[in-house]
Amino acid sequence: MANFFPSWANWLPLKLLVIASVLGAVVTGGIWYYFTPKYTNVGYMPEQPVPFSHAIHAEQLGMDCRYCHSHVEVAAHSNVPDTQTCMACHSQIKALSPKLAAVRASWEKGTPVEWVRIHKAPDYVYFNHAVHVNRGISCYSCHGQINEMPVVYQAEPLSMAWCLECHREPEKFLRPPSEIYNLSWRPASAQDQLAMGAQYKKEWKVNPPVGCGGCHR
Amino acid sequence: MADAIMQSREAAAERLKRAPLVTNNRSMSWITNHVASCTEKPAPTWWWIAFTLSSSLALVSVFCIGYLISTGVGVWGLNHPVGWAWDITNFVFWIGIGHAGTLISAILFLTRQKWRTSINRAAEAMTLFAVVCAGIFPAVHVGRIWMVWFLAPVPNSNAIWQNFRSPLLWDVFAVSTYFTVSVLFWYTGLIPDLATLRDRATNKFRKFFYGIGALGWRGGNRQWKHYEMAYLILAGLSTPLVLSVHSVVSFDFATSVIPGWHTTIFPPYFVAGAIFGGFAMVLTIMLPARAIFGLHDMITDDHVDKMCKIILLTGSIVGYAYAMEFFIAWYGGNMYEQYAFINRATGPYWWAYWTMIFCNVVAPQLFWFRFFRRHVLSVFIVCMFVNTGMWFERFVIIVTSLHRDFLPSSWNMFYPTWVDIWTFVGTFGIFFALFLLFIRWLPMICIFEVKAVLPEADPHHGHDDQAHAPVGALKEVAH
Repeated sequence: MANFFPSWANWLPLKLLVIASVLGAVVTGGIWYYFTPKYTNVGYMPEQPVPFSHAIHAEQLGMDCRYCHSHVEVAAHSNVPDTQTCMACHSQIKALSPKLAAVRASWEKGTPVEWVRIHKAPDYVYFNHAVHVNRGISCYSCHGQINEMPVVYQAEPLSMAWCLECHREPEKFLRPPSEIYNLSWRPASAQDQLAMGAQYKKEWKVNPPVGCGGCHR
Repeated sequence: MADAIMQSREAAAERLKRAPLVTNNRSMSWITNHVASCTEKPAPTWWWIAFTLSSSLALVSVFCIGYLISTGVGVWGLNHPVGWAWDITNFVFWIGIGHAGTLISAILFLTRQKWRTSINRAAEAMTLFAVVCAGIFPAVHVGRIWMVWFLAPVPNSNAIWQNFRSPLLWDVFAVSTYFTVSVLFWYTGLIPDLATLRDRATNKFRKFFYGIGALGWRGGNRQWKHYEMAYLILAGLSTPLVLSVHSVVSFDFATSVIPGWHTTIFPPYFVAGAIFGGFAMVLTIMLPARAIFGLHDMITDDHVDKMCKIILLTGSIVGYAYAMEFFIAWYGGNMYEQYAFINRATGPYWWAYWTMIFCNVVAPQLFWFRFFRRHVLSVFIVCMFVNTGMWFERFVIIVTSLHRDFLPSSWNMFYPTWVDIWTFVGTFGIFFALFLLFIRWLPMICIFEVKAVLPEADPHHGHDDQAHAPVGALKEVAH
């Protein structure tokens, strides 16, 4: 049984090696792009039971974030407002709007509106809203330009690497305490931000944890 | 006068003559036929029985691991304060066994110990299979095995980077490097023999698969030149690994602050123990294989004798290390260290400690006597003791050091669950199943190297004995 393998078999290992490396690069690149939160989570915009618009409430009417998300300054969890908060205004304003039927039904039955959660940290992450907003981190840093969103979507990946970007260099994101809930505020320039951020970091002793125990208690 | 000198010289030469490495004047073709036929003849009945048993046992392990992964590490008996128990014991046990193969093939190769030729192939295969068994435990003990890629330094969206100061990470690299180099070394050594099997093949399948494995080997001068250089380089790369892998494994313990673990003697002590346990396992599987396949002419009693001597040497080093641990505990004056060691020998795990001492230190002392080194059954029994003892050594180090925590209110015992037990027993199934496949599919003895140690392979074979003697040496005396 001489010459069992044809002569093209000589190049087969090299060809297989090339194919394997290309395939490896494609798979790695594909996972890096398609299977990470910046692709899988950013832009997540589920349909909500009530067509609530932040653009109308926060931007046009100029309501403060804290009118509805009333626990954000004092608790780890930032609450979604209850039906009573909505009805405080909507029992008078647009009281018969068909868009608010679900809110009125909830008010009558005493069952909450089932909002679809968008921003979700895993259960092994202990994120504290109060500590962030009280130390110079605006809603904008994590939730994006939410005051201009007719329908809320996830603007940032909320991946661990993304958290650490800020935890390692908080001076790039710290802003004046008066501007925390002003989502349209921008620093004058990048240099200004760094100078101001460094100052706040020093004055407020901002020392964000970068070890595991900081967030995964 | 001259005759008397001549006679005494001849007698001395006779005494100094090395015993032949292949006995019964076997020819080159006999060796090729005998080794290759083990893979060519239909599998004997005993092989099927053994393979069925061991692969069934392997499935038990696979089932237990599936149960562990689907349920969680709580199915094992380990709990605070004994956070490492059978899992790491089994890991160190198997990885230790995986040291003999590379020692035989690399260090004995570089030191020109020709007796390695008939045992290195099987010993290296055994090494690889032992490392496979070893790798299972650290992989599954992490709990969420789908996160195990965190151990690899790849950029990821969690921005997790490895703690390069942790010996547990060094361990991952040490073991995976060792496995990779061992596979390359083993495979490189197989190529000429795979070509032999390819050339002897009588059906297409064998021709095809051995043909692929042989990588187009034709046995030309240039190929041999490249082969020998590659083999030498790989031997050089493997040699430090034999010493480094188990040193790094010992760092898992030695760099911690647990009394009983925190000792500087660990690296050499672990390496000696690994070689000790590895050689015992080599003999444990080689002696039955030799008997079944009738390989006595290639794996002679001299080979067994030499391996017994290595077991005696390394066993004595291990015994010395046990004694030195106690000495340092006393001499160091640290009461916690002292307690850890007194507790080892007299505490609730005294039975494990004394089993270890008997199996590892007392039993191998029989090998001081030639009779016991030459008697197959006694060699086998001592090796079984060593296998047992080396498992107990790791159990003693891990569990007795942990079960007495710094806080006496945490003190607790370890009790294995059925999952602990059957996972471990099942790894023997994996090990033997792989070995049985190996002896059926690959030549278990390095055919071309054994042929090279035959007298016929010597370029001067058959010449007049004195033709190459130094000028004026023997001839002058004879006149």
